[in-house]
Amino acid sequence: MSDTSCASVATFDTCPDVSIPMESPLSVAVNQVSMSTPAPAVSQESQVQFEEKPFLGHLILRGSAMVLGEAVSEVLGVSLPSQPLGLVFDASGQRSVQWLSPDEWLVIVPSGEEFELENRLREVLGAAHFAIVNVSGGQTLIELSGDKARELLMKSVTYDVHPSNFPVGKAVSVAFAKASAILRRPSETRYELVLRRSFADYCYRWLVDAGEDYGLGVTR
Amino acid sequence: MFYIHCPYCGEYRGEEEFSPKGEAHITRPADPDGCSDEEWGSYLFFRQNPRGVHHELWVHTLGCRKFFNITRHTVSYEIFETYRMGEQPKVTEQSLAEALNKTRKEESV
Ligand SMILES: [Zn+2]
Repeated sequence: MSDTSCASVATFDTCPDVSIPMESPLSVAVNQVSMSTPAPAVSQESQVQFEEKPFLGHLILRGSAMVLGEAVSEVLGVSLPSQPLGLVFDASGQRSVQWLSPDEWLVIVPSGEEFELENRLREVLGAAHFAIVNVSGGQTLIELSGDKARELLMKSVTYDVHPSNFPVGKAVSVAFAKASAILRRPSETRYELVLRRSFADYCYRWLVDAGEDYGLGVTR
Repeated sequence: MFYIHCPYCGEYRGEEEFSPKGEAHITRPADPDGCSDEEWGSYLFFRQNPRGVHHELWVHTLGCRKFFNITRHTVSYEIFETYRMGEQPKVTEQSLAEALNKTRKEESV
């Protein structure tokens, strides 16, 4: 771990040394096959595929859209979604910025990039009024794909996920099976859920149960 | 289930995403030390409990987590409007009564 200080804020890399094994919020449920409830495998009949994208870098940015917008486009090369419920990706599709509230955005980047990104943003933002919090350890991202992914979501959220109301490039924070989750539409064929660490196991079990009708398979 | 329009998210969401936080437009006294016990007590503890139009503070708990205001009828539960913090309601007991009088007059003509 290295310590860096930008202005008056002390930042540190939350990624452990490679010698320490990392566990995602779903590693026990999904990867360590339990005798009683093994994760269902992907098969020919699977109309929904479930895959966790663990260890991504999640940063919460807070501040005014004017202040953050310039810094984000300079550092990340994407324009900050200033409209409510906006979700944008960079050209590679690997990095995203999502509107969470009028002064709050969620940035998700590939694993290990978050610390450098945070420091670069702090450098560019300088003395502006803003906050950046690394929440990578507090949540995980899962991906649902397949023909019946939308129907599985319809069983889980009261939010209207019909394409007319939930097009590509939209992201909402909603009630998911009585828990809270962020639901994202990155492309026509995929949905993403950002789950809080403490809700992840519950939401996973909910999805496996609700997805049984569609032969839900878990990609490991 | 009620669908409530969040003025920050800009769309209707299910009521399970929201939490009520009591009466809206309560202003903290500018000079707390200069308040009498009665003034401070009514600021802290005493609330309206109208039968009819009520302006309430709500929070979009599971969505954007912003506070906003709702004008709501405490008998019919009808939601007349939602508006952002710092804004004033367009619908009040008085405006509703005036609108009602207007329609009655028009009908009697
Ligand atoms: Zn909202």
